[in-house]
Amino acid sequence: MLDSFLARAALAGLGVALAAAPLGCFVVWRRMAYFGDATAHASILGVALALSFNMSVFTGVLVVALIMATTVSTLSGRGYAMDTLLGVMAHSAIAFGLVAVSFLEGVRIDLMAYLFGDILAVGRTDLAVIWGGALLVIALVGWRWQKLLTATVSPDLAYANGIDPKREQLVLTIALAVVVAVAIKVVGVLLIAALLVIPAAAARPLSQTPERMAAIAAVIGALSALGGLHLAYTFDTPAGPTMVCVAAVMFALSSVVSLVRG
Amino acid sequence: MTVLVDFKNVNLRHGAQHVLDDVNINIVAGEIVTIVGPNGSGKSSLLRALIGALTPASGRIERAEGLRIGYVPQKLHIDPTLPMTVRRFLSMPRKITDKVATEALIQAGVPDLASRQMSTLSGGQFQRVLLARALLHKPQLLLLDEATQGLDQPGSAAFYRHIEKVRDELDCAVLMISHELHVVMSASDRVICLNGHVCCEGKPDVVASAPEYRALFGSGTRGALALYRHDHDHAHGDGCNHDHSHEAAE
Repeated sequence: MLDSFLARAALAGLGVALAAAPLGCFVVWRRMAYFGDATAHASILGVALALSFNMSVFTGVLVVALIMATTVSTLSGRGYAMDTLLGVMAHSAIAFGLVAVSFLEGVRIDLMAYLFGDILAVGRTDLAVIWGGALLVIALVGWRWQKLLTATVSPDLAYANGIDPKREQLVLTIALAVVVAVAIKVVGVLLIAALLVIPAAAARPLSQTPERMAAIAAVIGALSALGGLHLAYTFDTPAGPTMVCVAAVMFALSSVVSLVRG
Repeated sequence: MTVLVDFKNVNLRHGAQHVLDDVNINIVAGEIVTIVGPNGSGKSSLLRALIGALTPASGRIERAEGLRIGYVPQKLHIDPTLPMTVRRFLSMPRKITDKVATEALIQAGVPDLASRQMSTLSGGQFQRVLLARALLHKPQLLLLDEATQGLDQPGSAAFYRHIEKVRDELDCAVLMISHELHVVMSASDRVICLNGHVCCEGKPDVVASAPEYRALFGSGTRGALALYRHDHDHAHGDGCNHDHSHEAAE
């Protein structure tokens, strides 16, 4: 089954969607939507580094995303607002990345492939990396779920329960970096944040508890990935953007449901 | 008497600003201690240092080993993007059974709220749910940071009566911050008057007549204390909601 590029693409999309769903919920709850964007933009620098040092793109992106995420976590609350810091880091990283790419001699990289992803070119190794990363993130978030949730509701309540909210923030940041790194091939830098935020946002009106929201976000994410791939194949449209379009339509539908319900 | 928490020469800074200077206090098992003090006197910071959210610049805060703390914050904003029923909130961070949850809500006087969203609760309901959650795992020390903010007079009087009942049942110590001096002074075993440093501390009537206290709060509250004490002479039925606040609130 893995011989078919379509089957590989479907599995890749599914893996990313399932890992992004619970993480996306935290991104929405903690108002970190821009954090996903920033980490993703920084990963262009990771692509450039990977190509210069002959590493795999996954490793390069992961390293840069991790550095970026921990830097922002550490610097926040020291005189700069989070959005200012993210703005500085994200745009500097993408600028340095683009400049670095131009220095690469003899390598003509298809920047478009990294900006928008190329899910149809996913190979067996990519698939292993994507699912490895996805399972790691799901396990990490599942293991720390209660602590992450308490720290999200209130850092002070977390402290009183013996939970260190800064450590939980770090866990979340690392998970985010991993998802961005594995998703870059599937949806690309520009649309990773969409796959984090849109399914979670669409799940909100349909949920009563945090767990429900994560589960529904996972279903919506999976449907977006598979449905988007199907539509992309049928109408010969770019796969990554089509997946995000399907997610956006589901967000619109769930918004209508919540409006009708009052 | 077991000492639950011991502040030893604690200094707390916020940047260059001195929040707490050389604070030495301790809390022993089972006592009700109230912290009073003007705005910005470091009351909330003291509680936040106690739970570990703030680190002292110098000095030590010693907690009894394995100390179970129940914390009711001043206010808690739950982001509307986060769906959270009252029942789910009680199971955070440790899962509890439905039976325990139902019992806790009945105890808190809000038996019908289990399936409600936290974001739709009124101020009083929210505080009661916060208290119910703080009491779930039988704390040895209950911390209340202006827990009656936003409650009306009968509401806050009922809240404090509930606290006293809880203390008697669980035998936990209570450390609370409050602005409602007349209520607090009568319900506390000990009062700590804070203004960046400990101005004075002791039994309520001692503190109320201390010159440091009167310099901060004026002598009006002393009258209030006297009035409230008078309350103890006559019994109120449970259904009776009148209080002497109009006289006390000078």
